[in-house]
Amino acid sequence: MSGHSSFESNNAIVKWIEYRLPIFSFIHGAVGVYPTPKNLNYWWSMGSLAGIMLVLQIVTGIILAMHYTPHADMAFASTEHIMRDVNYGWLMRYMHANGASFFFIVVYIHILRGMYYGSYKAPREILWWMGIIIFILMMASAFMGYVLPWGQMSFWGATVITSLFSAVPLIGESIVTFLWGGYSVDQPTLNRFYSLHYLLPFVIIGVVFVHLWALHHHGSNNPLGIDRKGPQDSIPFHPYYTVKDLYGLGVFGTIFALVLFFAPNYMGHPDNYIPANPLVTPAHIVPEWYFLPFYAILRAIPDKLFGVIAMFASLLILFVLPWLDTSKVRSARFRPVYKMLFWAFFIDCIILGYLGGKPPEGIFIVAGRMATAFYFLFFLILPFIGWFERPKKLPESISTAVLDSGGGGAPDGATAKAEERG
Amino acid sequence: MAEDKGGGGHDPSRRDFLYVAAGGMGAVGVAGAVWPMIDQMNPSRDVLALSSIEVDLSGIEEGQSITVNWRGKPVFIRHRTAKEIAEARAVPMADLPDPEGDEARARKPEWLIMVGVCTHLGCVPLGQQGEYNGWFCPCHGSHYDTSGRIRKGPAPLNLPVPDYVYLDDNNIKIG
Ligand code: HEM
Ligand code: FES
Repeated sequence: MSGHSSFESNNAIVKWIEYRLPIFSFIHGAVGVYPTPKNLNYWWSMGSLAGIMLVLQIVTGIILAMHYTPHADMAFASTEHIMRDVNYGWLMRYMHANGASFFFIVVYIHILRGMYYGSYKAPREILWWMGIIIFILMMASAFMGYVLPWGQMSFWGATVITSLFSAVPLIGESIVTFLWGGYSVDQPTLNRFYSLHYLLPFVIIGVVFVHLWALHHHGSNNPLGIDRKGPQDSIPFHPYYTVKDLYGLGVFGTIFALVLFFAPNYMGHPDNYIPANPLVTPAHIVPEWYFLPFYAILRAIPDKLFGVIAMFASLLILFVLPWLDTSKVRSARFRPVYKMLFWAFFIDCIILGYLGGKPPEGIFIVAGRMATAFYFLFFLILPFIGWFERPKKLPESISTAVLDSGGGGAPDGATAKAEERG
Repeated sequence: MAEDKGGGGHDPSRRDFLYVAAGGMGAVGVAGAVWPMIDQMNPSRDVLALSSIEVDLSGIEEGQSITVNWRGKPVFIRHRTAKEIAEARAVPMADLPDPEGDEARARKPEWLIMVGVCTHLGCVPLGQQGEYNGWFCPCHGSHYDTSGRIRKGPAPLNLPVPDYVYLDDNNIKIG
């Protein structure tokens, strides 16, 4: 990763350390001179935001863990203790709960960015895989975290999601008993979920490193989706993208703060402020919003086993996306048919999310089935699109494209509008 | 790194101002965000709410002591004998590493109330032991007198007297 560094220092201490542990040239190479396409737009800020959110979740999580008690009789009360007694405990918990939501928002945009600009294509398939693994680990962390406050939604969410595994033929029931550590969601379940909830984010950090390793090997893709032809197509990460990412962070942080301070329970469910009761299920149970599209797919299939299979398939199919897409052109800007299909897919995901939050009755069932069918259809027709679609002419190079559209690139780099509207 | 000060005819002072102003605002924002993350480790409100207790002294005979739990720490309440009081009041200030009169430590001479945590490294001293017939800390050998004042050993200070008030003749409130 430090391959780009030509790091030199006159400071004796820095030189002493650098000789033994080349950490300065490593940092210098990774976020200093690291050559980056000069035309990245703000959709490329989501990666650094995701990293920041991961750190924020870990910091606020460690703080919550200082006051939280993972016991079926005390978990709910200790969460209320955090809200009422602990200094700024309300802020820590709201940051963590809303932080999870914002983490997902950022990651969803990040994934859609990759799909729109074809970032999953060669040579970035492993980079893409690592991203999906991070996404799956995030879902697992968030699911188990949501169980911890031990409210009604925590308890019944845990019951429903773990029971998915009972769909496995023959050994299903044993798997569920194993997951629960008993015959229902109870103290052993809560305790192990707490342990794993603490662990998984650190596993994510590990996968993030591999993700970045792969990224820095070939560098970022860009809105044009064409490879860089030479040094004129790149700018150093610092100061250009550090500043751009910081600005993005400022805008993002403002929106986050607005929700945090003015609508902290907007994305939550009121039933989770009722202590868990193993004898009564709430009338309408829904997962957190970020699971809703997948939940809709689960419910769309009128068969227990196939519903579960469809739900997992909707996630896992992302792994083979690089091979389902047969087009050599990366960016949707030059792929008129794919571009339309992409937006249809995006709207379909929103619809699925909406339906996942609705009761499974009447029109919602029909709509859910259609939306699910389209979700998979998208992936199934992709290979054919690559064959018949006639892409638009690709620009010579990033530099020519950027200059043609009236952007910067002139010597006065500081004011360059490296961005281009698509 | 790639600084471009003065590059395209910019006024450097104006750029410096923006740079410092943005950095300064950023620093204030970060400090404001970090403070709650630190303050959360201070005692929470339920802990603060439990920080005073009331004790009934009527059952404690002369020459007896009880230990009560206050904020998770032992508080010694001793009904002192006349001899102990006399000993404590006779000590010349010059003999004390941490000079403090017995009158200031025991509001009513017969009742000595103090936190039973050795001022060395926090062990709980044993009562009516040691060279001064007061308290003796077994951990590293600190001797306290009948007023709980340090006389010998590594501890630097007297056993502290907590805030307390007499609610009536037989009841006190500590904290
Ligand atoms: C990938 C990162 C993480 C995600 C997505 C995440 C997500 C969540 C969610 C959704 C909740 C439920 C919030 C609520 O409704 O109250 C939660 C609770 C909790 N999390 Fe995390 N978390 C993450 C990392 C961590 C880490 C690293 C720790 C510990 C070091 C932690 C400790 C806790 C604790 C103690 C709770 C229970 C208190 C509460 O419910 O507010 N989390 N987490
Ligand atoms: S702790 Fe009492 S003498 Fe060291």
